[in-house]
Amino acid sequence: MTAQSTGPATAAGTTKRAFLELDDLKVSFQTEDGVVRAVDGVSFALERGRTMAIVGESGSGKSVTSQAIMGLHSRRAAKITGHAWVDGVDIVTAPDAELRALRGQRMAMIFQDPLSSLHPFYTVGKQLVEAVQAHGEVPKAEARRRAVSMLDRVGIPNAARRVDDYPHSFSGGMRQRAMIAMALINNPALLIADEPTTALDVTVQAQILELIRELQAEYNMAIVLITHDLGVVAESADDVTVMYGGRVVERGGVDEIFSRPSMPYTWGLMSSVPDMEADRGKRLEPIPGQPPSLINLPKGCVFRPRCAYAQHVPDGRCDTERPDLTPVDDGHDARCFLTLDQKRTLAVKATGTEEVA
Amino acid sequence: MTTPNLTDAGPRSASTPVGDVVLRVRGLQKYFPIQSSFLRRTIGQVKAVENIDLDVHAGETVGLVGESGCGKSTTGRTMLRLLDPTGGTIEIDGRDVTKLSMRQMVPVRRSAQMIFQDPYSSLNPRHTIGKIISSPWEVQGVNPEGGVKKSVQELMARVGLNPEHYNRFPAEFSGGQRQRIGIARALALRPKLIVCDEPVSALDVSIQAQVLNLLEDLQNEFNLAYVFIAHDLSVVRHIADRIAVMYLGRVMEITDSDSLYRSPRHPYTKALLSAIPLPHPSMRGQRERIVLTGDLPSPSNPPSGCVFRTRCWKAQERCATEIPPLSEISPGTSVACHFPEPAKEPVSFTPPQA
Ligand SMILES: Nc1ncnc2c1ncn2[C@@H]1O[C@H](COP(=O)(O)OP(=O)(O)OP(=O)(O)O)[C@@H](O)[C@H]1O
Ligand SMILES: Nc1ncnc2c1ncn2[C@@H]1O[C@H](COP(=O)(O)OP(=O)(O)OP(=O)(O)O)[C@@H](O)[C@H]1O
Ligand code: SF4
Ligand code: SF4
Ligand SMILES: [Mg+2]
Ligand SMILES: [Mg+2]
Repeated sequence: MTAQSTGPATAAGTTKRAFLELDDLKVSFQTEDGVVRAVDGVSFALERGRTMAIVGESGSGKSVTSQAIMGLHSRRAAKITGHAWVDGVDIVTAPDAELRALRGQRMAMIFQDPLSSLHPFYTVGKQLVEAVQAHGEVPKAEARRRAVSMLDRVGIPNAARRVDDYPHSFSGGMRQRAMIAMALINNPALLIADEPTTALDVTVQAQILELIRELQAEYNMAIVLITHDLGVVAESADDVTVMYGGRVVERGGVDEIFSRPSMPYTWGLMSSVPDMEADRGKRLEPIPGQPPSLINLPKGCVFRPRCAYAQHVPDGRCDTERPDLTPVDDGHDARCFLTLDQKRTLAVKATGTEEVA
Repeated sequence: MTTPNLTDAGPRSASTPVGDVVLRVRGLQKYFPIQSSFLRRTIGQVKAVENIDLDVHAGETVGLVGESGCGKSTTGRTMLRLLDPTGGTIEIDGRDVTKLSMRQMVPVRRSAQMIFQDPYSSLNPRHTIGKIISSPWEVQGVNPEGGVKKSVQELMARVGLNPEHYNRFPAEFSGGQRQRIGIARALALRPKLIVCDEPVSALDVSIQAQVLNLLEDLQNEFNLAYVFIAHDLSVVRHIADRIAVMYLGRVMEITDSDSLYRSPRHPYTKALLSAIPLPHPSMRGQRERIVLTGDLPSPSNPPSGCVFRTRCWKAQERCATEIPPLSEISPGTSVACHFPEPAKEPVSFTPPQA
C-alpha cells in the first residue's frame, strides 16, 4: 500500500499538507425542525494522482462534504467550521472571488445528472467555450479548438460536428461525456465526481470509468469519487472513506477495506449487496432499521440502534460513549469499540470475507 | 376475494420452471408513432418491442435486463395491458386478454399487478397509506374479510410497515418504506403475477436488500410469479430464476440465471456481463472487458438482419441479411445469433489470492 491519509493529528503545522486535506470539517444547516448536522467532523487527505472513494447510505453527508470542498454552500444557509485545504487554500475561509477562480480551473465537479450542469438552451460547444474563456484570455477560435479536442478526447464521435449540437440531442452516455469534457477542459488538479455513473448502464459506466482513469493518469488529477456502488469502488479507488451519520466511520486503502472491513456498518454495507460470485440462493443480510436523524443523533455510538454487535462491548459503552476513529492497521482506522481481535473474527462471520494472509 | 394460493413453492433454485403458466406472450409487439410537430402526422414508428415470446410460471422469477431504452418497461406494461399491444397475443392466467377492453380488464387485474421504480411519484401524495393500499379493493368492488382497515393493517405488517401508520401520508415515509407501500398495494388482491419495474433501483443498498428479501419471502408464501426488470445485473442474478436479455426491443438470449452468468452465449450478453465491475480490488484487470463501440441504433430505424450487428465484433455478411431467430441451442437456453459463443462448463469458484 502506498501513502495513506495522515489525519489531522500529523497534518497541522509540522508535516506538509496533502493536496486535498479536510480537517475536522463540519457543515450544519439551521432548519425549522432544528440544526441538521450533515457533516460532523470529517478529516481525510488525498494526493494528486490518487482516487478517494466516499461511500455510505443516502443522507450520510457525502454530497454535503463534496459541495463544501467545492465551496458551493451558501454561507448564509450553511454553518461551516474546520478546514478544507485545496492546494494550500482553505476553502472554508477563502473569499468568494478566490473560490470562483479555483472552481473550474484548479477543481471541477461532475454530477449524477448531466442535465443539471448542461444548459438546455446553448449548444454544447458554446458552453465549453465559455468555460475556457471564464478563466483567462483565450481567443474564441482557440477556445473552440480546445472544445472540439476535449469532446473528441471523451469519445464523442464526430466531435467537430457534434460540438454545435444542443444537449438534448445527445444520448445519456454522451451527455455524461460532455459534462466530463466541461469539467476537465481547464485541466483541473482536483476532480469531484458525485455519483458520476449511477444513472448509466453498465456498458456506459464501464466506458466512463475507464475514461476518467485515463484522464487521471494524463493530468495527474486527485479524484474524490462518491458512489454507493461497491463494485465501482473496488475497481477505481485507491483509498476509501466510509461515512455514516455525517461522520467517517472507517477509512483505509481499498484492499484493506475490502479484505479486512473493521466495523459493523461497513460489514452491513458489504453483506447487503448481492455477490456475483456467491451462491445465488444465499440470502442477503441487510442492515436493519433506518439511518439516524441528523438533528437528534442517538446517544453513544451513532450506529448503536442498528448494530448487532454492541453486546460484544463490555459495560454498555456503545450506549453511552462515542467511539473515536482508532487505528486497525497502518493507515486503516475504524470508529468502533470492538477489540482488534473481535474486528477481525467478527468480520469474517459478518461478511464472509476470507482472511487472506 | 380470491383465496391466496398458498402452495409451497419449494426451493428457489429450480432452474426448470414447474408451476402453471400464469403469463404467456407470443409475438408481442409495441410500436409508438412518431409524429411531426407541425401537422401531427405519423412520420415513423418507434419499434419499442418486437416479437417477444415468453412464458412465466407460478412461483418463478423471470428477469428482464438490457440497456436503457431497450424496451424493458414497455414490455412489462404491454404484457399487463397498461399499453395496447401493436401485435401478438397475451394470456394471463390462462385467459386471452389481448383484445379485452379496459372494462373487461378490471377483473384480470386481480391476478396481475405492477410495482413501479419511483417510490415517490407512484403514490398519490394527498392520499393516506390506508387509502392507497386499499384502492385496488375499491376499484374491484371487493370487501375484504374483516373490513378494510384490518386487512390493510395486516398487509402493512406483512411488508414490514408499522400498522399504526395507517393514516399517514407518503411524504412521511422514506424511500424504502414507500416501496413497501407500493408492494402492499400490489399484494392487496393476492395476485398471481407481479411485474416489478426497477423496484429497488432508487434505494440504498441496505434498504434494497430488505426489499429484495421481502419480495422473495412473499414469493415463497404466495407462490407468486415475478417479471423483474432491473439494470443492476447482480440484483437480477440474485433474484431471477431465468433471465431474458433484451436489445433494441428483442430478446437476444434467455436462459437460467446461473448459465447466463457462467456461460453467456450471445455476444451482446457477453459484452454486458464483461462491463460489470468486479467485486473485489484484488480482481482488478482479471477480466477481459469487451467495450461496445458506437451508440445504440435508433429503435425507429433498426439495422437489417441482426439488430446487434452494428456493434458486434463477430458480425459477418449473413448477419446483415438474415434475422437470427431466437432458437433453443441447448436445453433451457435460447439465443438469437448466427454464431453463438460455445458453452462453458461449470467450474467451482476459487477465491482470489491477495
Ligand atoms: N441545504 C440543506 N438544508 C438542510 N439539510 C440539508 C441541506 N442539504 C443537505 N441536507 C441534509 O444533510 C444530510 C446529508 O445530505 P447529503 O446530500 O450529503 O447526503 P448524501 O450522503 O449525498 O446522500 P445521497 O446518497 O442520497 O446523495 C441529509 O440529511 C440532508 O437532508
Ligand atoms: N410513450 C412513448 N412514446 C414514444 N416512445 C416511447 C414511449 N415510451 C417508450 N418509448 C420508446 O420506446 C423505447 C423503449 O423504452 P422503454 O422505456 O421501454 O425502455 P427501458 O428498457 O425500460 O429503458 P430504461 O432502462 O431507461 O427504463 C425507447 O426508445 C423509448 O424512447
Ligand atoms: S461501537 Fe458498538 S455500537 Fe458502535 S459499531 Fe462498534 S460495536 Fe456497534
Ligand atoms: S447474429 Fe451476427 S451480428 Fe448478430 S450477434 Fe450473432 S454474430 Fe453478432
Ligand atoms: Mg448525494
Ligand atoms: Mg424502464
